[in-house]
Amino acid sequence: MFSLGPQAARYGAAMLSAMLLTALPAGAMEVGAAVLRIDYPSLAPISRYELVPDDLGFAGATLANEDNQTTGAFLGIDFTAEYAAVPPEEASDALARLMEAGHDKIAVLARAPELLALSEQAGEGALLLNVSAAEDALRSEQCRANVVHVAPSRAMRADAVAQFAIWKKWPRWFLIHGSNPEDRALAAAFEAAAAKFGGKIVETREFEDTGGSRRTDTGHVLVQRQIPVFTQGAEEHDVVIAADASDVFAPYLPFHLWTPRPVLGAAGLRPVTFHGAHEAWGATQFQRRFEALSGRYVREEDYQTWLALRIIGEAAIRTNEAGAAALRDYMLGSAFELAAFKGQKVTFRSWNGQLRQPILLYDGRITASVSPQDGFLHQRSTLDTLGLDAGESKCTAFGPPK
Amino acid sequence: MILKASLPALLFALGTGAAQANKVFVTNEKGNTVTVLDSESWEVTAEFEAGNRPRGITISPDGKLLYVAASDDDTVRVFDTESYEELYTLPSGPDPEQFALHPTGNPLYIANEDDNLVTVTDTESRTIKAEIPVGVEPEGMGINPEATFMVNTSETTNMAHFIDTSDYKIKHNILVDQRPRYAQFTADGKTLYVSSEIGGTVSVIDMTGPEPVTRTKIGFEVSGVLPEWLQPVGVKVTSDGKWVFVALGPANRVAVIDAQSDEVVDYILVGQRVWQMAFTPDEKYLVTTNGNSNDVTVIDVHKQKAIRSVQVGQQPWGVVVQPDMAQ
Repeated sequence: MFSLGPQAARYGAAMLSAMLLTALPAGAMEVGAAVLRIDYPSLAPISRYELVPDDLGFAGATLANEDNQTTGAFLGIDFTAEYAAVPPEEASDALARLMEAGHDKIAVLARAPELLALSEQAGEGALLLNVSAAEDALRSEQCRANVVHVAPSRAMRADAVAQFAIWKKWPRWFLIHGSNPEDRALAAAFEAAAAKFGGKIVETREFEDTGGSRRTDTGHVLVQRQIPVFTQGAEEHDVVIAADASDVFAPYLPFHLWTPRPVLGAAGLRPVTFHGAHEAWGATQFQRRFEALSGRYVREEDYQTWLALRIIGEAAIRTNEAGAAALRDYMLGSAFELAAFKGQKVTFRSWNGQLRQPILLYDGRITASVSPQDGFLHQRSTLDTLGLDAGESKCTAFGPPK
Repeated sequence: MILKASLPALLFALGTGAAQANKVFVTNEKGNTVTVLDSESWEVTAEFEAGNRPRGITISPDGKLLYVAASDDDTVRVFDTESYEELYTLPSGPDPEQFALHPTGNPLYIANEDDNLVTVTDTESRTIKAEIPVGVEPEGMGINPEATFMVNTSETTNMAHFIDTSDYKIKHNILVDQRPRYAQFTADGKTLYVSSEIGGTVSVIDMTGPEPVTRTKIGFEVSGVLPEWLQPVGVKVTSDGKWVFVALGPANRVAVIDAQSDEVVDYILVGQRVWQMAFTPDEKYLVTTNGNSNDVTVIDVHKQKAIRSVQVGQQPWGVVVQPDMAQ
């Protein structure tokens, strides 16, 4: 499937009207960006509130393109965006088509294996902006010079949670992880975060993914008996840390634990890049613009895709350049900065192309806290207390830290 | 608690002090009220309802009309500065935040944060004269002393737009640092200061040439305060053009800049999340709104020292001081 669909067509129309608002000078520079989304077969989420919308990511991109276009109209820069959503087996063809159409700046929503394959295929002249893959290896030994990471890594999210728990003086953690590889990787990130910030994992248990009947009529009855038994008799702990990247069990933990404790991680207090209730630092304006455009609340993937296209836009506006190479240089340089509705500018780590950004701690209704927490200091930027620091990343594709 | 002009204030008003006391009006964004203070006693004399999410606030040149941007009501509410009664509303376009009043008192130039527009409202006929498309999230509004240009800053576009007041056309655009918040001309109109909250700088723009040109950018540094908390918002310049005061938001400080050297010479500790500021007409005092500590700080301008803080309503945002009134 390689089509825009009715929703995307609507965005096209919105884009066109934005362009007509202010006539562009003749000979305007064109800056195009593409968004390539790989749609994997997946189960429905545990909560209906998290059903995946068709325009996931694209809606954020459309908003960013409109924001860029408004600014571009004053400068003689014409911003455009093109979208593609395909299953994994068609990823390569989709990238080829976008590149044939002239795209060299492409935001990608994909998992690590497809992202790496796309990076290989895109080659040196292109720049991919990783919007969703969380693997720390992509920011370390598997880093690629033509991939920058807008999505935070697992380590960044785990560190954000760890800092909060330590700030609260809750150092004893009961770690519960799922049985799938990505759940175990997330558990490893929490283990590393514990070591980094002085948390102690007093016990680890694995919740096996056996399929289950979680959304059936009687699912909750089963869960109400399973979870207390599963969590019974754990070592004395202050909090439960849930590592459930597969969305199998974590949402059931908070009210079913044997020992009543706060849950952090995949349920309870969750580390997110953004959510639909975030209002601080002018975010209300972002939310209103997004909702007017899409008719729904923003998702993390939308915010991250918005960031990716705004990063391209900001680099083009400041440099008056359109090519991927020039924009990449500017993004990774010290002059680049972008306001992102999170209270401080976001910038890139020069050693692995990771975007520095605050992580919101979200309880499902409000921003309960924001990491980095007070008191976690760093010689370069407090944001570098989250995720792989210069000395920890094995990435060499970006040269030495600047 | 809503007070109508309290007894001490009335008693005070009967006195005949040498210096004239002025009313200081503060919008309380979360409390949905305006607090009134007396600029001599620094006591709160009244608090009145001002609509939903009152932010931008200004006053007519004769001191009789108070304009309040009630952001969540999508309107500008106009109050009598004596009775505190709401007289009427002005059409503002959606989500008005900051505005600038023409020196004659008409029209009012309003930034509409949600609609990428500046709305020009005739304050007498109470009608919209023009809507001007600008950048994303228009915020700061300034006007030069001759009233030939107004300046709007757009927070996501990161520009200062120079709009000709005769034909409402944008004549120049200048890119500034991230999230420009406030635009303030010097009294002689030769210099424009634009604060960038997330960029952490104030752009100093030379207005004496054929086109506005950025002369320099001023950054801030306070030992013991993380650089990301130094977020410039409100800007005020003494009428002699010598001193620039910059509110630094969550850094809880007001920076004092020597305008000759463009150097920061001092940081004055004030309340939490210092936002907007206003001078008393004699420029003896500068009043700052502190959104997180729900108070205002009074700064002695000559001594460059904070002299007191006064509790106001919930989340104070904007402040304006009534000009000297004919006795």
